[in-house]
Amino acid sequence: MSTEKPERASPTLELRGVVKRFGAVTALDAVDLTVERGSVHALLGENGAGKSTLMRVAYGLTAPDSGSIRLFGQDRTGGGRPFSVRDAVRAGVGMVHQHMSLVPSLSVVENLVLGGTGLFRPGDAEALLDRVSGESGLSIRRRVLARDLSIVEQQRLEILKALARQARLLILDEPTAVLAPSEVDELLRWIRAFAAGGGSVVLVTHKLREALAVADDVTVLRRGRVVFVGRATASSEQSLAHAIFPEGTRESSSFPVPSVGDVVLQADALDVIDARGVRRIRSASFQLRRREIVGVAAVEGSGHRDLLLALAGRQPVGGGTLRLPQRVGLIPADRERDGLIPEFTLTENLALHALGARRGLMPWRGLAQRMTELLKQFNVVAPSASVRARSLSGGNQQRIVVGRELEQEVDLVVADNPTRGLDLQATEFVHARLRDAAARGAAVVVHSSDLDEVLALASRILVVFDGQVKEVAVDPHLVGRAMLGAA
Amino acid sequence: MIADLSLANDFGQILDAFWRGSLGTSSALFSGTLVRAIPLTIVGVGVSLAFRAGVFNIGGEGQLLLGAVAATVVGLLLPNKVGAAGIILTLSAGALAGAAWAGIAAVLRNRFGVLEVISTIMLNFVAANLVSYLVRGPLQEPTHTYPQTDLISAAARLPRLWSETRLHAGILIAICLSIASWWFLTRTAAGFRVRAVGASPSAAGISGLVDASSVTARALLVSGALAGLAGSIEVTGVTYALYENLSPGYGFSAIAVAVLARLHPLAVLGTALLIATLETGALGMQRDAGVPSVVASVLEAMAILVVIGIGGRTGASWRWRKRRAHAGAEA
Repeated sequence: MSTEKPERASPTLELRGVVKRFGAVTALDAVDLTVERGSVHALLGENGAGKSTLMRVAYGLTAPDSGSIRLFGQDRTGGGRPFSVRDAVRAGVGMVHQHMSLVPSLSVVENLVLGGTGLFRPGDAEALLDRVSGESGLSIRRRVLARDLSIVEQQRLEILKALARQARLLILDEPTAVLAPSEVDELLRWIRAFAAGGGSVVLVTHKLREALAVADDVTVLRRGRVVFVGRATASSEQSLAHAIFPEGTRESSSFPVPSVGDVVLQADALDVIDARGVRRIRSASFQLRRREIVGVAAVEGSGHRDLLLALAGRQPVGGGTLRLPQRVGLIPADRERDGLIPEFTLTENLALHALGARRGLMPWRGLAQRMTELLKQFNVVAPSASVRARSLSGGNQQRIVVGRELEQEVDLVVADNPTRGLDLQATEFVHARLRDAAARGAAVVVHSSDLDEVLALASRILVVFDGQVKEVAVDPHLVGRAMLGAA
Repeated sequence: MIADLSLANDFGQILDAFWRGSLGTSSALFSGTLVRAIPLTIVGVGVSLAFRAGVFNIGGEGQLLLGAVAATVVGLLLPNKVGAAGIILTLSAGALAGAAWAGIAAVLRNRFGVLEVISTIMLNFVAANLVSYLVRGPLQEPTHTYPQTDLISAAARLPRLWSETRLHAGILIAICLSIASWWFLTRTAAGFRVRAVGASPSAAGISGLVDASSVTARALLVSGALAGLAGSIEVTGVTYALYENLSPGYGFSAIAVAVLARLHPLAVLGTALLIATLETGALGMQRDAGVPSVVASVLEAMAILVVIGIGGRTGASWRWRKRRAHAGAEA
């Protein structure tokens, strides 16, 4: 580690010629990245472009094969010892992962100081929380367990954790993927304020609009290489989209609204209770018909998750009546926890569908053939049906889930955030499949945290707010207001 | 120099004692090691099934003892002339008793959320003390001299495979069970449900519509039934009576057997033989070379640590090791 004095204006983070190979795959190929002080730097790219790997290098989680790392003007590449997470944290780097890393059974304060040294003094820890929370303007409930926090609060706590360790460079990996629109605005405003106070932020994202709205600089990665660097003010959504996908993004074509068919799902005064016995949906009445796509719009914590699971027959009904069709396809929100078993092979994951009702012997040979067929049909990049699901990228995993659920004729499709974390092409693909399922006669219910996505897909919108379900016209303004409970 | 030589000499003697105690002579192999491998295999298969389902049944020892008690009671009551039905009845009683003992833990788990790791361990102590009470009280032999039961009826005894050895028909049952369990896990829908629930209860429930708690309860019951069966086979094949310390910790060694086999029912056959060899060899070392038999326990423990260490690097999939927090596998 060098002892040279950092110059005043030296950048927060300088990565030079970073190369990282995983086996035969070159994840990062001589990547440069410079994050200036007091700036927000958006890092864009499709799935597998190398964004996360690059950030893992900057945070000391992944050792690069070659290249240099400078933080706040000091060389941290390390002579004998590789740059570690401990070094990164000490130097003032904080990272908030896409999947939160809180300990659910510990309190907010305990989570805040987790990983610190010395004695744990509750008083000191609370004082620290107050100070960091006050300085940053991020408020949070203090005396609750992390598992009882909403997604937004969990994310705030992750940021507070980093700030408590005096982070001056925050790496946020897809922070808006889990947030509702109003929450996104709040976070973006906070990011600007943090930068205005002299901090630096790397924002890893898929969303061009967000990147342009908040970032000073933009870097686009494609297949492990930097294909675009520039000021955000000098970039447009179109130029960035072109950098990410040189073949050009396809406009979502306007499609004819099909004539809807008969009712496949009928809810009357439906109540839904969650695993803890709490009533999440109260007295909902609606119908779903064949050949229609119904969007469910809601901010986090409104009870829509439970509604979707109940519609898919996965959660008990607490009251009222719910008439469900026989054949239901479900695309759950958390594919790695609920949609797939990562350690199982693709064929085994296909066999998971309707496993509860299966009797006798497993027809493995037939399943393997169907899976092989499905890989072709759904353009999944996988060597064979017998590889583990874990070895696939997120986009390909999602294709497997979607393919499994839509492979056979279904009467109802329930999709919760079906394109979360996917790149544009994979997103287009999933959308096309959902439309296709509707065209073939299924009723499709889809929820997305991205309101634009719901609006783009749906011919009808159900808004869930605080356990109440009501139908709202397909109008961004009206839907947005209804999601926040405004009349 | 002299000291070195004598040490080398000792070492050779110790190895020789180990060899003669475990595999080196036909009586050690057929009357000792293989006989010992039978309960280890059967309980080990049961432990593997439970662990595969994500239920950590540490109560094989207690379930085995209950199986032994039930088999003894039936075996004492049976008249001498009932033929093969007597054996089947006795073994079934053992399996049922083992399942019932595991059933206590299953009910506690599903009704009250009690961790089966705790409840099954506790039930081991209850079972051991129950046996102590029975062999000094209601089931004690008629003269009331020894803390053991009378010998069970001849109709309830498993046939020996060779007359000069103690090797009995239980080894065939053990081999069949191991193969059957492998077939069950890999080929049947119910077996796949067990694996799915063990690997990811949430994915099995949400994507597969599997009732995870009923699958785990059943796995625990079957695991208990197998341990109970092992206990009844020990009584009907080896001891012909119930007494304290009937099991030298088969239920515990079987956990090592299952973990070493990476929960693969066929591999259990091999690891059961390995552990049985270590144990009988260590007894031989103690008897003929004066080496404390705890050395065997140390070797067993080291073998398990090595396997777990290797498993950690290659990433085998039991739920013990939580899925590593994969920070952004995607970019």
